[in-house]
Amino acid sequence: MNQQIPQVSSTLSFQDKLESTLVRWGIGRMDHTVEPGIYAVGNPNQDSPVLISANYKLSFDALRKELKNINAYIVVIDTKGINVWCAAGKGTFGTEEIVNRLKKVGLDQIVSHKTIIVPQLGAPGVAAHEVQQQTGFRVVYGPVRASDIPAFLKAGLKVSKEMRQVRFAFIDRLHLVPLELTISIKYLLLLIMTFLFVTAFSPTGLNWNPAINLLLAYLAGTVLGPLLLPWLPGRSFSVKGIFTAFIAISIAAHFNIIGVTKREMSAWLLIIPAISSFLLMNFTGSSTYTSLSGVQKEMKIAVPLQSTALVLGSILWIITKFI
Amino acid sequence: MDNNQVYLKNVATLKLDVTKCIGCNRCIEVCPHEVLVMEDKKAKIVTLDACMECGACAKNCPTKAITVKSGVGCAAGIINGILRGTEPTCDCSDPGSCC
Repeated sequence: MNQQIPQVSSTLSFQDKLESTLVRWGIGRMDHTVEPGIYAVGNPNQDSPVLISANYKLSFDALRKELKNINAYIVVIDTKGINVWCAAGKGTFGTEEIVNRLKKVGLDQIVSHKTIIVPQLGAPGVAAHEVQQQTGFRVVYGPVRASDIPAFLKAGLKVSKEMRQVRFAFIDRLHLVPLELTISIKYLLLLIMTFLFVTAFSPTGLNWNPAINLLLAYLAGTVLGPLLLPWLPGRSFSVKGIFTAFIAISIAAHFNIIGVTKREMSAWLLIIPAISSFLLMNFTGSSTYTSLSGVQKEMKIAVPLQSTALVLGSILWIITKFI
Repeated sequence: MDNNQVYLKNVATLKLDVTKCIGCNRCIEVCPHEVLVMEDKKAKIVTLDACMECGACAKNCPTKAITVKSGVGCAAGIINGILRGTEPTCDCSDPGSCC
């Protein structure tokens, strides 16, 4: 029977790694699916552990590369090509799909035990007790990070406290920076073009300084903010974004591009924090610890202030160019 | 440092009806931020401000002792929801804007 189960390697190929790098830069990010079904790693038998995964290629790869010298089955469920955590939030990584997929692959014919290992980050979509009622398989929640799986298996499916905790370390945030940089770039370019257009028609002529100021504001929200996150004052991300804006403003002031008149400087003192604060607020979606209620509360105050500051600042800046 | 990444104070909607708790430990297993602990065979909320409202504990509670208004803690998702007139969503029908 095992001959019918496709084998996958626990070693990632050059192409796997290349795809993963491209995805980090937002290239073809949503276009990486794995065919749902059961896969064999090593030479599993009827006693081997069964691990459930999403059909997003990066999730699947992250799991299989940790299974060196381990014999196991991976059951890939159909999450529409979305990673475990996001799919669990939507419910596509969920009870129903697990129940159906276990029946479809005939897991009870393949293994003799009654345990499946579900990634802990899938728990928002899965009711363990309902899976057991409907399939007879007991759900054991595995560690948050796939790298802890060998230790978890060795310990007899025991998860330490450490393995349960979601972290958001510097390196995790660094991994997110490329995507933060690319995801809103079109809005930045549009804004820069508008500002350059205005200077081109102003009496002083085309001037690149506004473009640099806008770029600094953008970097303050998409690079500095994510990297410095825990050290920035305040709990809400929009407040943290004001502090990174101060760094951007200091740099602009140091290079004398923040404007010559007090009025122009005031305009940038409104525009730069508005942009940086808004962009860092959007980083809540990439962070691992913000709640819906919290973000809603933060936005109720922040969004009106950010939009007012941006509009007022822009009007003020246009006025300085023509008066 | 990683442990004190807490968000806004007193906003999380997580609630526990301790009288319904049967001490099965599932909520503690699934919580990514150690919000709950087991004390005298009953679950207890200890760090409410660390709750990110993912809903894993409520979903896995066999007696429905836990309630939480779960959803995406994501500003772009909330804006998305307002624009579409739906609940906050990081719906992926628009490729490239997904969580």
